[in-house]
Amino acid sequence: MSSVLYDTPGPRAKRRNILFSAVFAVLLALLLWWMWQKMDDKGQLDSALWKPFTTSEAWTTYLLPGLANTLKAAALAMVIALPLGAVFGIARLSDHRWVRGVAGTVVEFFRAIPVLLLMLFANEFYSRYTDVSSEDRPLYAVVTGLVLYNAAVLAEVVRAGILSLPRGQTEAAYAIGLRKGQTMSSILLPQAVTAMLPAIVSQLVVIVKDTALGGVMLNFPELLNSRGTLAANYANVIQSFIVVAIMFIVLNFILTSFASWLERYLRRSKRSTGAVLGAEDMEELNPAAVGGTFGTGGEGGGLPGSRTYT
Amino acid sequence: MFDFLDGYDVLGAFWMTVKLTAISAVGALVWGTLLAAMRVSPVPLMRGFGTVYVNVVRNIPLTVIVLFSSLGLADIFGMTMGSDDFDIQGFRLAVLSLAGYTAAFVCESIRSGINTVPIGQAEAARAIGLSFRQTLTLVVLPQAFRSVIGPLANVLIALTKNTTVAAAIGVAEAALLMKTMIENEAQVLLIGAVFAFGFVVLTLPTGLILGWLSKRLAVKR
Repeated sequence: MSSVLYDTPGPRAKRRNILFSAVFAVLLALLLWWMWQKMDDKGQLDSALWKPFTTSEAWTTYLLPGLANTLKAAALAMVIALPLGAVFGIARLSDHRWVRGVAGTVVEFFRAIPVLLLMLFANEFYSRYTDVSSEDRPLYAVVTGLVLYNAAVLAEVVRAGILSLPRGQTEAAYAIGLRKGQTMSSILLPQAVTAMLPAIVSQLVVIVKDTALGGVMLNFPELLNSRGTLAANYANVIQSFIVVAIMFIVLNFILTSFASWLERYLRRSKRSTGAVLGAEDMEELNPAAVGGTFGTGGEGGGLPGSRTYT
Repeated sequence: MFDFLDGYDVLGAFWMTVKLTAISAVGALVWGTLLAAMRVSPVPLMRGFGTVYVNVVRNIPLTVIVLFSSLGLADIFGMTMGSDDFDIQGFRLAVLSLAGYTAAFVCESIRSGINTVPIGQAEAARAIGLSFRQTLTLVVLPQAFRSVIGPLANVLIALTKNTTVAAAIGVAEAALLMKTMIENEAQVLLIGAVFAFGFVVLTLPTGLILGWLSKRLAVKR
């Protein structure tokens, strides 16, 4: 395989690449071997420690209910955060300065605060000022924290989605006599939603990952928390971590793949305006990439450039 | 009104957050750049390793990684990180996890920055006979870095917020102190506001300064 960064290897380069491959392979093998030895030393390769995962009991009592709770919290958070985010995203585009200002402040505020802080606060708030039962409270707190943070992020996605539409769409709507509200609801939003779909799906990955915080800090019985209960029963800390990590990876990998499939599909289909907010733009660590004030200057949603290298 | 702050080391907790952020950021930058170099290198095995690392790490919750570093690495494998002190150990394990996790995102930012450098630059570098390493370190990366300051600023801001996860293994940073405080004091709203304000103070200037820097340094094309 060649790339712009290097020429198609000739005989010498081929030999050198093989040498590098060999050295790297040896180093990698040494690392793996060392890890394997270390596991063996500590008796972590004992089949008894792995055995529980082949029984249905470990799955039906611990892992699957945990996974169900993770998905439940993530789905609830998404369903509530999306309309809320849409409202704030549209409000940030308002013609009225004070609406823009208030929405902008709220969005920037909640994006600047760690989700964990929001969750901890919500948990304590519910326990003091509301009569949410103590067994429901962790779920409520986790969902509240996730909603507040992700509504702010999704507001930015919505805003970027609307801004990514060609100006002609708005102008045409005004030309045929639609009012501002009508333009937004029947012309801009439907197209923006299509453009935003991949970004929204990939935001789900972030939400799924963040539910794990509630498990550790608020004792919400999600996947990571159930791992603790399971490990306490079978004394297989390392093994349970590996299994749970794999479950998270598979789940999130499915979501990521779905998002990028959706992105490709939308780019191909002729019915959209061609503006698609890709999953790449919406990585967790890159929320402001869609034209936020955190200074990326990505006006109107940075559309992913074509991958020319590698 | 702010009596409840007495007896709590709020500034100390935020200082811990800053220390966690700064040290992890340096680690993540170094490891992330190496990963990015691997991902564009001519050696297939390195490319494969980089790809697997990034995709695996990005899909695991940071909480899982941090908790594993404490319950798995420290307790079972006895990884003491060069200290017997429980607090220092927790801090170092948190830095290790945060750096390892953030590096995956740094790698992707840098890789996307590499993609913004015009192909002609790399072609010209190859034409005058530079090797892959020279092309990357002398021509492509310096230009790429200037264009990824913005994305890297976002990574840094996210890292600042992510340091709160260290509370899960008992590192005495802001989130852990807030948890203790809101459980023991009456002024839930006020305490929440103080800590929220603290994070706004940490993240907002970072974003503004680096945003300004990225506009100034971006290679104008």
